[in-house]
Amino acid sequence: MAARSGGASVRGYVDAVLRGDKRAAAKLISLIEDDEPEAGEAIARVHPHTGRAHIVGFTGPPGVGKSSLINRLVRLFRARGKKVGVVAVDPTSPFTGGAVLGDRIRMAETGLDPGVFIRSMATRGHAGGLALATFDAVRVIEALGMDVVLIETVGAGQSEVEIATRAHTTVVVEMPFTGDVVQTMKAGILEIGDVYAVNKVDLGNADALVGNLKFQLEARDGWMPPIVRTCALEDRGVAELADAIVKHRSHLEATGALRRKEVDRARREILETAQRLLEQRVRATGTGKGEFEALAERVADRTLDPRTAARSLLGQRRPTAAPRARTKGHR
Amino acid sequence: MPKKIRVLIAKPGLDGHDRGAKVIARALRDAGMEVIYTGLRQTPEDIVEAAIQEDVDAIGLSCLSGAHMTLFPEVVRLLKKRKAGDIVVAGGGIIPLDDVSRLKKAGIREVFGPGTTLKDIVAFFRKAGKGA
Repeated sequence: MAARSGGASVRGYVDAVLRGDKRAAAKLISLIEDDEPEAGEAIARVHPHTGRAHIVGFTGPPGVGKSSLINRLVRLFRARGKKVGVVAVDPTSPFTGGAVLGDRIRMAETGLDPGVFIRSMATRGHAGGLALATFDAVRVIEALGMDVVLIETVGAGQSEVEIATRAHTTVVVEMPFTGDVVQTMKAGILEIGDVYAVNKVDLGNADALVGNLKFQLEARDGWMPPIVRTCALEDRGVAELADAIVKHRSHLEATGALRRKEVDRARREILETAQRLLEQRVRATGTGKGEFEALAERVADRTLDPRTAARSLLGQRRPTAAPRARTKGHR
Repeated sequence: MPKKIRVLIAKPGLDGHDRGAKVIARALRDAGMEVIYTGLRQTPEDIVEAAIQEDVDAIGLSCLSGAHMTLFPEVVRLLKKRKAGDIVVAGGGIIPLDDVSRLKKAGIREVFGPGTTLKDIVAFFRKAGKGA
């Protein structure tokens, strides 16, 4: 990245982003995503310029039409005079580390609009349906001046629910013929939505899914999640979906929930970063590494248990020999 | 985390044949790169804008319609205009040998014709991603 940046400082990039320079925004996102040494400074400089945009997450199984719906929503929000950013996340191969990022293909028609910025991201091994740097990318896009940021998670299974803890509004996208009422009763992805989109209604049988969802959904914090029927292909129901999203934001503002969500996200981000820093320290530091390896060997030898090893690593307690006599007697 | 190589694979112009582009995208994925595939019928403007927003190291253009002499140099020209001339551009497809040297003069770093091995293409993009 340093080679690509041509010597420009982080400060220069951030200033350019604040002037609406998309290339600088793209470079800054890469710098953070690659966790370059300047990443911390970049986030620190960008953060004060964020907090105004409405952050909307989209999740749902692969192929239900998340990208296509986002494409329609981008056009609609643009028609309403809003600037729109998109972060589209696709999975990284656990075997090769490579990825095919294909969400942009559905968003081609808004690519040249100066009020739109779209960035594809690979998960790079992060679980939960997002990439580690997703929300830092959102920060950069907010600083670029976008009013709405739409995040597309990886085609999620049943437990990729991280988005709900990060976005202001979570849209769960489903489609007909995906199972009976028991599927909609399961915990996880089907209870995190603030808005539900039943897409591909042109396939028919949408009533069954809508009925099943209604049976399952209940009001949370004074908000009853609406169910919107959409057909991204034919551009149907998109205005209703946009209205539901905007209405949820108003609800969050009116009830003070927006502030609570922001503080909750901050808590998670701080903890996550602290965990990462701690892990880096444990793995990388000269003294730590030797101790870490020695402890791992002892745990594998069954002369120490993993919890005691971890405590010792953090300096909380000296590792003592495992109570050998008792375990022997047990066997 | 080591820097990931990011490549945009694009089909410029009116050309519906994307099997080759998809094979390349898959090969680069299997080589550990992040591949942004933007699909059919893209204008040079679309491709350059996507390349900038995605901050790719290189662009692979696939063209089987015969319009490569118009479309490929236009991508290079627009990249330079946007001060993104550092992004490496390569092309592939049904490209007559006589055109290859002219394309290279126009700033297309490499042209891959029929019969090129995936290994060579992967090696090219790996080098391009390292800033070569």
